[in-house]
Amino acid sequence: MKLIDRFKQGKCVLTCEAGPPKGIEIAQLIAELEPLRPKIDAFNVTDLQSSVLRVGSLAVCRILSEKGLEPVMQLTCRDRNRLALQSDVLNAAVLGIKNLLCLTGDHPKLGDHPQAMPVFDLDSVQLLSAVKNLTKGKDMAGNDLEGRPPEFCLGAVVNPGADPLEPQILKMEKKIQAGAEFFQTQAVYELKKFAGFMGRVKHFNVPVMAGIVLLKSPAMAKFMNANVAGIHVPDEIINELASVPKDKRVHKSLEIAARLIRELKGLCQGIHIMSLGWERHIPTVLEMAGL
Amino acid sequence: MLFTENKPFDEVLESLGNDKNIFLLACNGCAETCETGGEKALSTLRTELKKAGRKVTDTCLVDFLCNKILVATRLARHMEQIQQSDSVLALTCGIGVQAVAKVVNKLVRPADNTISLGGLQGLWPSEERCEACGDCVLDYTGGLCPLTSCAKGLLNGPCGGAQDGKCEVDSEKDCGWLKIYERLEKLERLDNLKKFQKARDHSKMMPSADLRKTLFYDLER
Ligand code: SF4
Ligand code: SF4
Repeated sequence: MKLIDRFKQGKCVLTCEAGPPKGIEIAQLIAELEPLRPKIDAFNVTDLQSSVLRVGSLAVCRILSEKGLEPVMQLTCRDRNRLALQSDVLNAAVLGIKNLLCLTGDHPKLGDHPQAMPVFDLDSVQLLSAVKNLTKGKDMAGNDLEGRPPEFCLGAVVNPGADPLEPQILKMEKKIQAGAEFFQTQAVYELKKFAGFMGRVKHFNVPVMAGIVLLKSPAMAKFMNANVAGIHVPDEIINELASVPKDKRVHKSLEIAARLIRELKGLCQGIHIMSLGWERHIPTVLEMAGL
Repeated sequence: MLFTENKPFDEVLESLGNDKNIFLLACNGCAETCETGGEKALSTLRTELKKAGRKVTDTCLVDFLCNKILVATRLARHMEQIQQSDSVLALTCGIGVQAVAKVVNKLVRPADNTISLGGLQGLWPSEERCEACGDCVLDYTGGLCPLTSCAKGLLNGPCGGAQDGKCEVDSEKDCGWLKIYERLEKLERLDNLKKFQKARDHSKMMPSADLRKTLFYDLER
């Protein structure tokens, strides 16, 4: 099912990130995602996240869809030129994948192959536009595709915590014009700032899913504050997590995430959970959040 | 020597948008040799602009537009006309446009495409960088090259990775796109960023067979 149809149903759409392993044994990943089936609308499979070599998004998406779990395939501009990207979009269609999330991608220098050539033949806006064109039966060079064109629901990302915010909003508008039908955001911890962002983009009339990252420790929060663009975990949340003894941390972390979800779901159209290995805790979080 | 060719006049006209009053600038260095700058190209462009209904407020010929000190000195007595114009149009390479943009507080647009640098970043190299993409977009960015100042060479705005104004790949390096944003904000040209920039045509980076046969190209290669 296309994710856009879920939004049209008017419910709070829930997605969860799925990070393929570095190696070919993916049974564990599938086993962790399986229990989420009743609650999660779609599984968003990363494309060599953080520029680290892993199993690709396409293969995992196909396996998920064979198991009846709805995948969203992430596609970045980092590693492929326009020929390979368009071909992978067709590959995805052939393999029955209906949702694509188009992103720029991290620079290879941030990952485990910093020597790799950064491709970026297209940027995220151009990629969205290229995929949109494929759905109309044309490739980027203007040639016709033979037969029935592929169909996709296209997603994109936006960083509501970026400073300044304006360039992000300008680019978001271009992404919508290029074909983006929904957005997911970087992790949100500051409700007021997020509400302000939503106010600025409301008139676009495009569903936005707020990003949630489960905080594993106060150190992780501090690390993200120092190193991840657009993420700011306020001191109150860090202190709240630090205030409980270590054996109660997991529970506290889930409580914080559930509270954020409860408050965020009224502000936007969906929640995107990035659990970073804590998939097993997602059902508890959702239960605590009343979802 | 740096090789340039004139942008098709239609493209130049389109890039000017609604700007009516244009200050024309031409480089008398490499661009003169390529016949894409110098006295002759300047007067051709002036005539064409007038025919197209634009007003040329004034013109200026500078030996090397890549030399910021020279540009600042030569333009000093034109600053008033420049300020009264809607924008500056420059017959020069990508380095020249970027250098002029550092000196004047006005939108500076390229009238040429840079196709080969001959291993140089201007004859008076400084911090400006051009990679001779053959389809200069400096009009859209306000005179800062997105291909050389952004680590990913993005054309449609910043990625989400900049942290405290610095690029995600190097905390010592400014995010090129935030610089472009600040520049356009200052020039009150943020609307520029709403324009969709199509994917680059990499074949434009290949110097034409005719150019490759010239003696200059041979000497400078
Ligand atoms: S856009 Fe940049 S690389 Fe291309 S010609 Fe202009 S300055 Fe050079
Ligand atoms: S942080 Fe800025 S300069 Fe660096 S890749 Fe992203 S947009 Fe380009």
